[in-house]
Order: sequence, then structure tokens, then C-alpha cells
Amino acid sequence: MVFQHFSLTHVGYLLQATQWTLLLSAIALVCGAILGAIVALARVSAFAPLRWLARAYIYVIQGTPLLVLLFIAYFGLADLGLNVRPLVAAGAGFTLYASAFLGEIWRGAVESVGRGQWEGSAALGLSWGLSMRYVVVPQALKVAIPPTVGFSVQVVKNTALASIVGFIELTRAGQIVSSATFQPLQVYLTVAAIYFVICSVLSHLSRLADRRINAEAE
Amino acid sequence: MYLDFSGTFARSDLLLNGAIYTIVLSVVTVLLGLFVGIVGAAMRLSRSRILSGIAVAYVEIIRNTPFLVQIYIVYFGLPQLGIRISALVAAVLSLTLYAGAYITEIVRAGILTIPRGQIEAARTLGLGPWPTFRHVVMVPALSAIFPSLTSQFILIMLASSVVSVISVPELTGIANDIQGETFRSLEAFLVVAAIYLIITAAFKALYALIDRQLFSFRYLGR
Repeated sequence: MVFQHFSLTHVGYLLQATQWTLLLSAIALVCGAILGAIVALARVSAFAPLRWLARAYIYVIQGTPLLVLLFIAYFGLADLGLNVRPLVAAGAGFTLYASAFLGEIWRGAVESVGRGQWEGSAALGLSWGLSMRYVVVPQALKVAIPPTVGFSVQVVKNTALASIVGFIELTRAGQIVSSATFQPLQVYLTVAAIYFVICSVLSHLSRLADRRINAEAE
Repeated sequence: MYLDFSGTFARSDLLLNGAIYTIVLSVVTVLLGLFVGIVGAAMRLSRSRILSGIAVAYVEIIRNTPFLVQIYIVYFGLPQLGIRISALVAAVLSLTLYAGAYITEIVRAGILTIPRGQIEAARTLGLGPWPTFRHVVMVPALSAIFPSLTSQFILIMLASSVVSVISVPELTGIANDIQGETFRSLEAFLVVAAIYLIITAAFKALYALIDRQLFSFRYLGR
């Protein structure tokens, strides 16, 4: 028999691969946040063409399956003659994905700050940029935290799709172990359990933040 | 970099079939998911600790694990228990379970928007249980959750692309086949992305139409 039996060694391997899941999630969230902030600002800008552009960007990204987006990033970068590692291709795809969703979440947060606040800061002589920075964003941040943490759950879960474009993270590691042991049920249940632990912690944090912020508002 | 769409466009009949497959698959799973979601919400809100516990566990497990891994468990895991299912059945089953969990939470929120007093008032006014449920609970609750429900439907349609990994010939699966023949991968996926955008836009328009038809009272006086 050359088949291996699913054992603790394999669980160790899966946990090691989890690091790559977390790294890709972190890249997606950090790069997605930077691009997403630009998208959100464009979305609420006073310059109409910029608003339309941001709106179209969000519409296109949110209306395309993430898997197709990943294939486009993967093959698109290759077509540009860039021989990038799967991590970079997946990172690029996830950055686009996260920026559209975060941009939309943050636009909502910025718009939740009342008109009076804008008028008040204008009356105090603050420019658009200064009002944004010192008056609106600090208030919007509070509203934005729970849905942003909630979205990070989606990001962690969705990094599983990076396995399809050849990036070795938790799900891909699961496939490898599954074909070595021929015990897909045990392997994928273990993989699911690892995701479950990470995502439940994040979901719980999101709910906690939501409750705390709502309690403060009352 | 240059783009050559000719190979992809030459297979437009395949793309059309894929698009129809995606639409039918997502409509079927949305309807099944709606059924699961209504049952799930009823369990979640029931007085029975066991029933609500099962519903909570179901929702939490599905929402905190990747859909891709759920597909693998259904398609590759179940045969190990002697349950052999085709790729299509596995796709419908996993999409329904996935959709059902999110819809459970939405339906639950909708039911919670109806104050108990309204139901009691309707009963006091002599409305029977069914008319009370229909006019006092269902229609207002449905109208409250309709926007989040329909955006969830769109997300389910987009998520259906993932079942291409178990070689279900929906739109993304077709793109995979086409790129295998033409070796123009980027072009195939760009075209398919555009088709998904059209399907998304069509569904959004349809939902807006249904919204106006079903909940015309929302637009009174506007």
C-alpha cells in the first residue's frame, strides 16, 4: 500500500498552509483597503465624472464572480508578459475584489454622517479635504468598523478560490492531502473546521463591535 | 499584449448554453434556498431549544466556511459514506445549503420587524390565522427584506460559478472549455465576465419590476 493514512502530520501540514491563507487575506485586506479608500472618496467626490467612474468600477467588480475575476487577473498579468507568482496574481485579483466592496461599505459610512456636519465644518471655514479628515472620517470610522470586520470573513473564506489558480493555501493543501490519503471526507471536514475557527472569531468580533458602537450611540 | 476574441466569439452557441445553464441553476437553487431559509427561520424563532439550536449551528457552519470546501465535502466526501451523487446534484445540493443559510438570517430579520402587537391586533379585529399571516406578517415582512433578499439572490448567481470546479457546464465551466480549445484564456474570461454583468443587470431589473408590482404601497404618494 502506498496510500497514507490521514494523520496528525497531515493536520500539521494543513495548519502550515493556513499561514498562506492568512497572508493572502492580509494582502487582500491591506491593499484592498488602500484602493477601497480611494474608491470611496471618488464615490462621494464633488466631481461628477469621478463619481460615475467609481460607481462603474464597483458595479463591474460586484457583478462579476470572484472566480472569473481571479482568472482575469491571473491570465491578464500573464498576457502583459509578467511572469508573476500565483501569490501576486491572486493578491491582485483579491485587491480588486476587496476594494470594490470596501469602497461601497465606506461610502455608506461616509454618507451616514449627517449633512449638518458638512455644513458646520464649511461654516467654520474648513475645506472639503479638512472637513473629510477631521470631521467626517472620524465619525464614519465608527459606523464602518462592524461591516468591515464582517467583510474580512468573506475575504478569508473566499481565498479558498485562489487554490483554483494554483496558489497553495489551506484548500489546495486539503486537495493535496486528500489525493494522498483517499480520505476526502476527513480531510475537507478538517479544512472546513480550520476556516470555521478563523471566521467565527472574526464574525464574533464584528458582532461585538456592532453591539458596543450601538450601545454608545444610545 | 494583443487580444484576439475570434475563437471565443466563434463559440457563442456554447456561451449562450452556459449562460442559460447559469440562469436556470441559480433560479432553481434560489427557490430551493428560499424554502430552506423559511424553514430555517421558523426553526430559529421556534420555542424549541433543539430546533433553534440546529438552525443556529447550520447557519454558523455554512456562513463561516468557504463555499468551495462545502462543494468538496458534498461531492468528494459523501461518496466515502456510500452516497454517490452526480456533479449536478452535488452542485444543486451545495448551492441550496449555502443559499439557505444566508436566506434564513434574512427571513428571520424580516419576521422580527413585525411587532407582536400587530398580530394580536389583527386577531382581535377578527382576522383569521391565515389572513393575519398573509396580510399582517408576510407582505410587510417580505417588503422589508426584499432588497437584501434580492441582492443575496445575485450573490448566489455569482457564487454558482464555483461549481465549475466539479465540471458542471455552467458559464464559467464553458469559459474553461473554450480557453482549452483556443488558448486565449484572458479573452474567454473577459467575455464571460461581460455575460455575468448582463445577467446581473437583467436580474436587478427584474427584481425592481417585481418590487413595484408586489409592494406598490411603498411607492404611494411619491
